[in-house]
Amino acid sequence: MNVDVIEDERQHHFVLNMGPQHPSTHGVLRVLLKMEGEYVLDPQPVLGYVHRCHEKIGEYKPARAFMPNTARMDYLGALIYNQGYAMLLERAAGIEVPRRAEYIRVITSELNRIQSHLLWYGAYLLDLGAFTPIMYAFDDREHILDTLEDICGSRLTYCYCRVGGVCKDIDDKFIERTRAFIERLRGRLPMYEKLVNGNIIVQKRMKSVGNYTPELCARYGVTGPLLRAAGVEYDLRKAEPYSVYSEFDFEVPTEQQGDAWAAFNVRYREIEQSLRIVEQALDKLPEGEVMEAKVPKKLRLPQGDYNCSVEAPRGELSYYLVSDGSDIPYRIKVRTPSYSNLSVVPEVCKGMMIADVVTSMGALDLVIPEIDR
Amino acid sequence: MQTLNSYAPEIIRIVMAVVGGAVVVFGNALVMGYMERKLAGHFQRRTGPMEVGFHGLLQLVIDGIKLMSKQLVIPAKADKPLFMLAPIISFAPVFLPLLVIPFSDRIQGFDLDVGLLFVLAIASINVLAVLVAGWASNNKYSMFGAFRAVAQNVAYEIPMLLSLLAIVFMTNTFSLRGIVEAQTVWFIVLQPVAFIIYLICMVAETNRAPFDLAEAESELTAGFHTEYSGMSFSLFMMAEYTNMFIVSCIATVFFLGGTSGIPLPYFEYTGIIWFLLKVYLFMFFLVWIRWTYPRTRFDQLMNLCWKYLLPISLVNLLITVVVVKL
Amino acid sequence: MKAYFTELFTGAWSLIVGLTVTLKALFSPVVTVQYPRQKIDVTPNYRGHIDLIKDPETGTHRCITCGMCMRDCPSDCIYLEGEKQEGVKGKVLTLYTLDYTKCSHCGACVEVCPTQALDYCDDYEVAGFAREDFHYDLLKRVEERE
Repeated sequence: MNVDVIEDERQHHFVLNMGPQHPSTHGVLRVLLKMEGEYVLDPQPVLGYVHRCHEKIGEYKPARAFMPNTARMDYLGALIYNQGYAMLLERAAGIEVPRRAEYIRVITSELNRIQSHLLWYGAYLLDLGAFTPIMYAFDDREHILDTLEDICGSRLTYCYCRVGGVCKDIDDKFIERTRAFIERLRGRLPMYEKLVNGNIIVQKRMKSVGNYTPELCARYGVTGPLLRAAGVEYDLRKAEPYSVYSEFDFEVPTEQQGDAWAAFNVRYREIEQSLRIVEQALDKLPEGEVMEAKVPKKLRLPQGDYNCSVEAPRGELSYYLVSDGSDIPYRIKVRTPSYSNLSVVPEVCKGMMIADVVTSMGALDLVIPEIDR
Repeated sequence: MQTLNSYAPEIIRIVMAVVGGAVVVFGNALVMGYMERKLAGHFQRRTGPMEVGFHGLLQLVIDGIKLMSKQLVIPAKADKPLFMLAPIISFAPVFLPLLVIPFSDRIQGFDLDVGLLFVLAIASINVLAVLVAGWASNNKYSMFGAFRAVAQNVAYEIPMLLSLLAIVFMTNTFSLRGIVEAQTVWFIVLQPVAFIIYLICMVAETNRAPFDLAEAESELTAGFHTEYSGMSFSLFMMAEYTNMFIVSCIATVFFLGGTSGIPLPYFEYTGIIWFLLKVYLFMFFLVWIRWTYPRTRFDQLMNLCWKYLLPISLVNLLITVVVVKL
Repeated sequence: MKAYFTELFTGAWSLIVGLTVTLKALFSPVVTVQYPRQKIDVTPNYRGHIDLIKDPETGTHRCITCGMCMRDCPSDCIYLEGEKQEGVKGKVLTLYTLDYTKCSHCGACVEVCPTQALDYCDDYEVAGFAREDFHYDLLKRVEERE
């Protein structure tokens, strides 16, 4: 926090404290806004209100016992966080995963990504003052949650992946429901376009708000849809295909303008691409086991440090694990995308109106527990 | 004795007008409160209130009891007298415009020659209340809301008046009754541009979404009434609903021919049915757009007023004048 | 000048299109459920808190007091005790408590159990007034169950 913000001598500047309890910060984020009238001179995010020491907890437990914690960092991308951590341990211990398990991981992760994007879609419009889209988005999202609940047993904080596979096989009912959902969402997308994307107020609110350039993104480590909105075609699923992503035909949506409208469109188009991946994965789904049989009960990771990155809904998620040879990791570090994405706020939101700060922070799609961990 | 005789009907008239005004204000708040929540629900494919009474019909009564029994919290650093005064300033004047509105041929408080100006003048007092509320709360969010509301209402009053003036030029009267009587054809047909401009200004004047920048809960938490709770908050709400009612009445009088419709028996009284039907049509429209559109940004709101509504309404006025004088 | 009017008309049209969407929704059936009055069936795979399974053959639980679940639990929410009894092979379970306030439904205990003695229950209405309300005695629960 910059102390100068408060001790400003010029009286016509004042500090507006947005958060920790504020309708548009989606949790407990606090942003100190130094204002001149409606214009924001210096926004400073203040973090740490939901810090739960997840990384430290990881140093006290056997490596695989950290799995439920990963889901609680990003409650919207829990399965992707699960998958990333499972992949890290498999990479460290040299465990092969059955192909069917990889496919199931991809299907559930992509469904998870769609529900994350749907929630963001509704919540973002709520930030802009439209109440109705979030209800429609929730209606669609509920179908994904029900489908996933049937397999994973939970609705939000899944603990589904295991070292060496997944804990439960998918059945015909799941496949049927997922196919029905793909059909349904494809039918609903034109409705969203009519209600929101084409709306002149939405476009006016989002266009030329924020100016993300590839250089800026590189400086702050911004990844995910925001980076793609700045025109960089970088998606870990394409750039370094992990799991079985190389077997699917999908595009990485990019835009050139680098504003909130571009980020909005990138995310919106990603929903369609994720649907495509799920559809292909269901078609190609191989038979077989979903759990590698030869996973040791006590997982001892060889000494060394390991890294694993996956594409989370908000950007690049990296796990970094240092092992001293015992079954308890020496250190676990999680690089979460929202943390880096939020750090551009002071630079990007400088000189904006307060309404644009809300627009621009909504475009970041922040999940606060993921920032604070 | 003679004095009393001659004055008695006038006193009865005044009492009836005041009682009638109160009935309209509170009745409208109940109806609109229920309608808004129910419609909002169904626009979003949920049910809205369902628990209290049949399909939640008594929900508003329960809410009223709750709001009345709540403690009035006054922030420590607020300007106490002004803080308490603001809801009253907001709520008290909303009775007055109801007196001049011709609900039917016989149901009208009194017919003023300058009815339109009277209504607009009284309606502007609401801005003062918002400003006082924002200032007295001693809260930055409230302050923002108040400033926005003032700028917005002052700006939008101009195209609103200009669009209505076009009709005044056609009818040569400010009296609301006179305007209703002058409509052989509804003015929505003759003045469609003025109608659309009025419709937009009407939303902005009542601070409703998508122009609810004074409240703007995703930016300003609740805008000018952030610090208000209990009854003082509900006074603001009732004032808002009554203002909606008034602007809808004006729209009905100016563009939809007031009471005109299929004749019913005792039409000089039953005309109110048509009148209220049209008013609630406008109210439905206000609710409908609130639950459809996102909020505009403040500069865009001003752009819309100064760059689009004002020039177009001026051109409209000019054309009207030329056509009328020809 | 042309752009001015184009924007005006396309903008106005987009607003009208938006209105038709919500109007259509107004006349569509509602999708919500009136929760305490109506309830949706819980999927059999739902993960509630864990419970000891009642074996239909023996009429009691299958726990052999090995303590694997207690050791494997990432949040230390399971505590169990057993004692030697006359004439019975192995230990007999005397206490099995679950501190549900700490449980995160990871399923480690269910999967590690050598006798499949544990399973998730499907209680989802588990509000309480005190922390102690969530300290379940699973042994008592399995004995009380039909």
